[in-house]
Amino acid sequence: MLYTNLKHIESAAEHAQIINENENVMVICGRMGPMCIPVYGIAEELEEEYTHVKFCDMEFDNPESYIIRQLPEVRGFMGIPFTIYYKNGKVAKATSSIQTKTQVTAILDKEFASTVNA
Amino acid sequence: MNATNHYDAIVIGGGPAGLTAGIYLSRARLKTLILNEGTVGGQLVLTHEIANYPGVESISGYQLSNIMRKQAKSFGCDIKSNISIESLELEGEEKRITLSDGKIYTSDSIILSPGGRSRTLGVSGEDNFKGKGISYCATCDGDFFTDKEIVVVGGGNSALEEAVSLTKYARKVTIVHQFDHFQAFEHAVEEAWEHPKISFVMESTITAFYGGENLESVDIKNLKSGETRRFKTDGVFIFIGYIPNTEFLKEKLELNKWGEIVVKPDMATNIEGVYAAGDSTAKRFRQVTTAVSDGTIAALAASNFVHESKSKKKELIEI
Repeated sequence: MLYTNLKHIESAAEHAQIINENENVMVICGRMGPMCIPVYGIAEELEEEYTHVKFCDMEFDNPESYIIRQLPEVRGFMGIPFTIYYKNGKVAKATSSIQTKTQVTAILDKEFASTVNA
Repeated sequence: MNATNHYDAIVIGGGPAGLTAGIYLSRARLKTLILNEGTVGGQLVLTHEIANYPGVESISGYQLSNIMRKQAKSFGCDIKSNISIESLELEGEEKRITLSDGKIYTSDSIILSPGGRSRTLGVSGEDNFKGKGISYCATCDGDFFTDKEIVVVGGGNSALEEAVSLTKYARKVTIVHQFDHFQAFEHAVEEAWEHPKISFVMESTITAFYGGENLESVDIKNLKSGETRRFKTDGVFIFIGYIPNTEFLKEKLELNKWGEIVVKPDMATNIEGVYAAGDSTAKRFRQVTTAVSDGTIAALAASNFVHESKSKKKELIEI
């Protein structure tokens, strides 16, 4: 169970639906651990500002998260969370382990264009 | 200065010390702002389970910090997180903080509670292989190293306890430590020494990380002989302690040689109207409860300072 205020993705089917119905999606796949929690916190902070991006999380230990763990883009990743940025249903960028707000916003601005309300 | 950007008190840092200060200040009807560079809750949110916080049998750090945040907000405290401080003026009656987005906040009083963070080695390649062989959390990433050979860096309790814990996954664990002895408790040292999967490289440090997509090897330098050798490894876990987040305070107020803020018993710093609380202050014990205590004392002292300053100003106007 992820105790965050983000949209929780519970199944592979829900994951597919979200990335297909939203142009820009950020999914953080992790646990409630020290490397993951700061990334959830950053996403929660950015939700209001980046209204054109759908921010979600998915529990790493949920068997359904195979949909993320099997992505070719995460091959070689050895640190959670696996954070995946989807543009029109395709992986635009993937990162491993803890990230700073600067790193996250740099990816959001590059892959999903600049924030509307900045 | 825009009145909406002026506060009675500004708290820098939103860990348990800062949140507690926010609760006390705002409950005392002082206009209060907490500015936090990272996630609200600080290192508290990183604690999986807290079982020794009086009055609460067991709770995750994340949940406890969320309750503290809600409490502070319920009393009217403003909280801005994931901000970045560009400049800070502590001297004088009006304290001034400029954020990197250009916003300026002023206040009569400041409480500094920036907390601390895990120390990194700061050597070549460390940033490149974070999450691709380098980790700072055994419980998070240990299972990625099943049947692999790994290195643990450090000699304190965290390093030795996590090294033992990582033997559940790894085929072999090599502890690299800069001294010829460990700082950890004796029982932790004994457990590591006696473990068949653990070996030791003492008086040594890692000076570089190498690999392609993932980490493949490190340079280990013997600090006594000066000799450096290349060492193949699948992963490195780094547990070399914490450092206070006080770089932005250098030459602005009194810090000790470890960069910790020097405080008086009422948590006052050497600058009038500026107080400090929590893990960034010079003290022996660092617990959630001690941070909460510091935050309470700092808030009460700051509250008193603000009220006295306002009374003095009022008297001067009346004269």
